[in-house]
Amino acid sequence: MRGGSLWQLGQSITRRLAQSDKKPLSRRYFASEADLKKTALYDFHVAHGGKMVPFAGWSMPIQYKDSIMDSTVNCRVNGSLFDVAHMCGLSLKGKDCVPFLETLVVADVAGLAPGTGSLTVFTNEKGGAIDDSVITKVTDEHIYLVVNAGCRDKDLAHIEEHMKAFKSKGGDVSWHIHDERSLLALQGPLAAPVLQHLTKEDLSKLYFGQFQILDINGSTCFLTRTGYTGEDGFEISVPSEHAVDLAKAILEKSEGKVRLTGLGARDSLRLEAGLCLYGNDMEQHISPVEAGLTWAIGKRRRAEGGFLGADVILKQLQDGPTIRRVGFFSSGPPARSHSEVHDESGNKIGEITSGGFSPNLKKNIAMGYVKSGQHKNGTKVKILVRGKPYEGNITKMPFVATKYYKPS
Amino acid sequence: MALRMWASSTANALKLSSSASKSHLLPAFSISRCFSSVLEGLKYANSHEWVKHEGSVATIGISDHAQDHLGEVVFVELPEEKSSVSKEKNFGAVESVKATSEILSPISGEVIEVNTKLADSPGLINSSPYEEGWMIKVKPSNPAELESLMGPKEYTKFCEEEDAAH
Repeated sequence: MRGGSLWQLGQSITRRLAQSDKKPLSRRYFASEADLKKTALYDFHVAHGGKMVPFAGWSMPIQYKDSIMDSTVNCRVNGSLFDVAHMCGLSLKGKDCVPFLETLVVADVAGLAPGTGSLTVFTNEKGGAIDDSVITKVTDEHIYLVVNAGCRDKDLAHIEEHMKAFKSKGGDVSWHIHDERSLLALQGPLAAPVLQHLTKEDLSKLYFGQFQILDINGSTCFLTRTGYTGEDGFEISVPSEHAVDLAKAILEKSEGKVRLTGLGARDSLRLEAGLCLYGNDMEQHISPVEAGLTWAIGKRRRAEGGFLGADVILKQLQDGPTIRRVGFFSSGPPARSHSEVHDESGNKIGEITSGGFSPNLKKNIAMGYVKSGQHKNGTKVKILVRGKPYEGNITKMPFVATKYYKPS
Repeated sequence: MALRMWASSTANALKLSSSASKSHLLPAFSISRCFSSVLEGLKYANSHEWVKHEGSVATIGISDHAQDHLGEVVFVELPEEKSSVSKEKNFGAVESVKATSEILSPISGEVIEVNTKLADSPGLINSSPYEEGWMIKVKPSNPAELESLMGPKEYTKFCEEEDAAH
């Protein structure tokens, strides 16, 4: 759901990287520090041993002093604090902001209770995904949403174009891009207990998907109980001038158990949770139905349409999509993006879009797309890594059970 | 990053001094300014593999600098015994959590032994890159190739320059 293409990370590792035996060896990514944008926590990361790498035009920490494996495990045992200020938060306001947004996303925005949000997909005319996003209806006249850093320019241009057209027909909508705020993600079993120390509001009443504007550590924050790890946790939008203080306070209150965690572990965590990474598991040519996000298409929307590409998507809902996103276990080397998936007879039936070694499960996990009909759990497959087939099987996701905080 | 590499090389230093080695002489090592350990008595390729030439056998592995940059190794792909390797050609791959790296042979020859321990314990490459993390033993077909490899001092400088460039 979040992030962008991690495979384009300038890994700045001295070895050459090969994603598959057919791809050419990638060159080391030389990006001058001066060209990259820095979040409010940049110096804080460096002071804490952050290994900074270029990501979507920003200089972001891929890991700190602990290994990616330890970091990933620690998130699920204790907790992690991520700097996700590179992502783009914006507000849509006005009497018609809800019907406006409904022309661009598949969610039933009107049906959301105030203070509630959901994962959704911005679609294009062909029914493909422009980006995925967590949107929240704050009130009937205010929607808060967060989009991927790598899609910022594309998404904002798209929204602006449609907003102009909508307004020219008399619609009342405006936007504000929250560049004055920084987004932090606090995830794991200690997220709620630690955050509770920093706010007077009773967090036990804020359930998964819910939103509140409240005072945290002395500043007005937008708080959403959501995340990209499968754990209970929050995304906190804090005024940028208070971001470092908030990060410090969170780490202190946890007595070191919650650790600063980088993008490397973030990718492992979201993969374990079965969540899409836009740019890998979801792209312009993949529809939300194919991606297994039919649940995100509001019931009323399935009947009425009214979003870009609705005709394609509604047809897929009727006939079933031709390809489907599934999870895989495999033996041998971890399956990576673009590895071919074959059936047991050696016929190509699909492709891996994300994969790696799961630090929590201690085995290879991957996700990808296979032809409908071949997608059932348990289906035995062969995955080609560097030209050699390795045994695998299709499995349901998430790989690691989610722990979202929901009312019992 | 310096702190992490220091911790890594300290761990390696301890491992090296406590592991039982075939000869009674403990290998001397130098801590380079880039904080990875570079072993004396070995030759190095600019793709970060090392070669230990003892008589008619050459042992090959990857350097401490390489394993540190790679991160935790989760899988190693190695050739079969009796297969041949060629200088600067790929003979296998090392997988870490986040990336795959090819391993290139610093010399040409026939593979006479493969470290089967790496199948169950790929992490030996991280904990003991010069000792227990050895990958293959080769009968060199052209010993002169060793001359063109770097010595420890040269390799140390090479690592520093590479790190400084990014």
